[in-house]
Amino acid sequence: MHVRLDDPVDLDAFRRHARQLLAAGVPPDRVEWNAAQAAGDAADLFGAASDAAPPAALASAAQHQPVPAWFVELCGDVILHRDSQRFALLYRLLWRLSHEPALRHDPLDADLMQARQMAKAVHRDIHKMRAFVRFTRVQGDDGLERHVAWFEPEHRIVEANAPFFSRRFAQMRWAILTPERCVEWNGQALAFQGGADRREKPPPDAGEQLWLTYYEHIFNPARLKLAMMRREMPRRYWHNLPEAALIQPLAEAAAARSQSMIEAPPTAPRRIRAPVALHLRPAAGVAPASLGELRAAAHACRDCPIGALATQAVCGEGPLGATHMLVGEQPGDQEDLAGRPFVGPAGQLLDRAMAQLGWARDAVYLANAVKHFKYELRGKRRIHKTAGQREAEACAHWLDSEISLVRPQGLVALGATAARTLLGRPVAVQTERGAWLHERGDGRPVFVTLHPSALLRLPYPEQGEAFGRWLADLALARGTLSAAIAA
Amino acid sequence: MDLQRKLAILADAAKYDASCASSGSQPRDSLGGRGIGSTEGAGICHSFAPDGRCISLLKVLLTNHCQYDCLYCVNRASSNVPRARFRVDEVVQLTLDFYRRNCIEGLFLSSGIVKSPDHTMEQVVEVARTLREDHDFRGYIHLKTIPDASDELIARAGRYADRLSINVEMPTTEGLQALAPEKDESAIRRSMARLRLRIDDTREEARRVVPIRALPGAAPAAAKPPPFAPAGQSTQMIVGADATDDRQILASSATLYGAYKLKRVYYSAFSPIPDAARALPLVAPPLMREHRLYQADWLMRFYGFGHQEIVAEPDGLLRLDVDPKLAWALAHADRFPVDLNHAPREMLLRVPGLGVKAVERLLQARRVRRVRADDLRRLHVPARKVLPFVVADGHRPSRGAPMPSPAPQRPAQASLF
Ligand code: SF4
Repeated sequence: MHVRLDDPVDLDAFRRHARQLLAAGVPPDRVEWNAAQAAGDAADLFGAASDAAPPAALASAAQHQPVPAWFVELCGDVILHRDSQRFALLYRLLWRLSHEPALRHDPLDADLMQARQMAKAVHRDIHKMRAFVRFTRVQGDDGLERHVAWFEPEHRIVEANAPFFSRRFAQMRWAILTPERCVEWNGQALAFQGGADRREKPPPDAGEQLWLTYYEHIFNPARLKLAMMRREMPRRYWHNLPEAALIQPLAEAAAARSQSMIEAPPTAPRRIRAPVALHLRPAAGVAPASLGELRAAAHACRDCPIGALATQAVCGEGPLGATHMLVGEQPGDQEDLAGRPFVGPAGQLLDRAMAQLGWARDAVYLANAVKHFKYELRGKRRIHKTAGQREAEACAHWLDSEISLVRPQGLVALGATAARTLLGRPVAVQTERGAWLHERGDGRPVFVTLHPSALLRLPYPEQGEAFGRWLADLALARGTLSAAIAA
Repeated sequence: MDLQRKLAILADAAKYDASCASSGSQPRDSLGGRGIGSTEGAGICHSFAPDGRCISLLKVLLTNHCQYDCLYCVNRASSNVPRARFRVDEVVQLTLDFYRRNCIEGLFLSSGIVKSPDHTMEQVVEVARTLREDHDFRGYIHLKTIPDASDELIARAGRYADRLSINVEMPTTEGLQALAPEKDESAIRRSMARLRLRIDDTREEARRVVPIRALPGAAPAAAKPPPFAPAGQSTQMIVGADATDDRQILASSATLYGAYKLKRVYYSAFSPIPDAARALPLVAPPLMREHRLYQADWLMRFYGFGHQEIVAEPDGLLRLDVDPKLAWALAHADRFPVDLNHAPREMLLRVPGLGVKAVERLLQARRVRRVRADDLRRLHVPARKVLPFVVADGHRPSRGAPMPSPAPQRPAQASLF
């Protein structure tokens, strides 16, 4: 059976024919496909009129055969390929898909692989056209400016690719001429015509020299890699790319240019401006005189290994002279990024608790015992790690400085790390929580309770009750401070 | 100075930055607008320079005057290169003209630091604003941000740009202190953190907006929050200007990916520059090392490799003779051969020569049937490379099969020290 398609890229016509042939049970090896060379090229090259449509008997037997959606999509791509065997391949696949149920699940089938390769070649050609079409500005007879390009695609992609250019250059009047198909955009609609002749390619316009200048100067002669370039920009495109004329001269001069850079005697450096003030590291061992100084000094601190990996030191925030200083463990991921304490999930829980107690967040000073975020990279995530005792000890002096600057009346330790830093001994939080302890040399009482993140780690059913107890602790710490100071 | 000359100088000044991508932004086009431009996910390389690098953006400096004196940089204050400065409208016109010719996907604008970080950043942002607001340009814009610039300027930059980047320059703090003493590494990190928070917040907000049905029958629409650098942030580090080894470089990258969710870390082999500083002896750039670093980076981003396990050599350097995946396989011979019919995805991804797509196909195929060795040929994978490491129906690597030799004597690599 001989099928002739008038338009080489008409997917609908191919589908119609193929569906009818399949319904009529015509096996692939009995069908011979022919297509015009270009759309509208209907003059029959084969002389005799072909049976463009299958006999009526076949047509009436046509039934809808379900094929997977991806196959229809694949057909849409493959049909743009220049290979004259494409229809035969697609019909064979269609036939096999409806006779071999396993085929659609086998990505390694030879026919399927071949079709996919062809689709890939088409995609590549579409991509290369998007990349290598070069518009030139021309003044039309009508006085209107147009941008015109000459391009030679490998496959029949002009119609499929034109909408891309209309989306990109919506407010430009442009045309792309190719040997088989031409397309024009007038700002409103696409219009297609037959092929053009290479002599219609517009001559270079005045602005092209700027592009050539750019191309010449963005090239680094010390890195010449022509093979790599040819892989991405095959020679067949070069004769339509203005910059390609520069490739050879640039490549030839590259070795000498980079050698002369290497051999050039050093010139006397010149100073066009006074050197910029360097970022000074605060002097070690000098107690900071303000919170600002404290912050700057802690940023630069590398007294333990944590500092080098974190974004920034997170010092406390709140008013000088706050009655309470709440001390947590160390900044987490969010705190590290934002540079502020208690802004992550644990901070939000603390906010909730304080709101329930009617305790304004900015009435207290919030700080951490350790100033930098310690973490372990797991894949692309930073997982919080508790600072070791040595690290906490190395860091303790920053908190001491903070305490002497803020001068709070009482300190609330949230969790074991804070309690240990403030009291200078290991603390069992569960047994010592809920009371003011008087053990610090500076006379400030310390109240111990849980860290909010400990609550977040509890299994859900226990969270409610634990939160209630924690709230009671905080309420007590807030209310009994004056009594504790008197004690 | 005429435009040709300025363009020559300021393209020269920008060619050492490795960033080039123009992908991953929000899809948009110019239909119904006043101007031109579109982005459709994947970027397009419009040309290639003879150095094999892609040209997808007009990559220039606004000015190569700079008051900093970073030793590795051709634009440092003490260098004798010719200087130039674009006016804002000149960069805008160049971008539009090259775009109309279909030579570029958009603009990548960077600048030497003049007067102050804020003054410089303001000029850079003004170019992007003019393109977007005055010309309704919808192509890609990548802006290099200055670490110490004010929050407000960064916020504006992110509104106009698809991508923002801040270069870390050197893989280690010590390296930066030695070669770029005026740059503050922790300011760079803080800026990256600031960008990440803003990008995260904008995404989060966009997810939270509830679509509202304006008219009965109309599709629900939501007022989207203004975008902020929808294609994310990236950075570049220079390789080979100091003695940092590959293990440290990959650890730095892993930290940057993990902490700031960077889209890409670009590695730029330190390259001879005209009028180089005396402190840096010049040799041909270690291009192969740069290539291996990109391959290793790829393993971390797409193949589930941890940064600690990639470099096996005691000297901390990647092998130059084989790619890092093959090097890993050779160093872990006990984990092979891998059975193509049974191995989990994570292990298939570690087979030299098998890419992510090939692995997906294999997994799909083996759900319906057994995988044979000749299937590899149709997968278009380098069978000679894969076969020594796999078992499949009809294939079992012979003992002592010809495998690439274990690490040879390290070739005399171009090294500065
Ligand atoms: S955690 Fe503390 S001691 Fe360690 S580097 Fe940071 S500020 Fe210094």
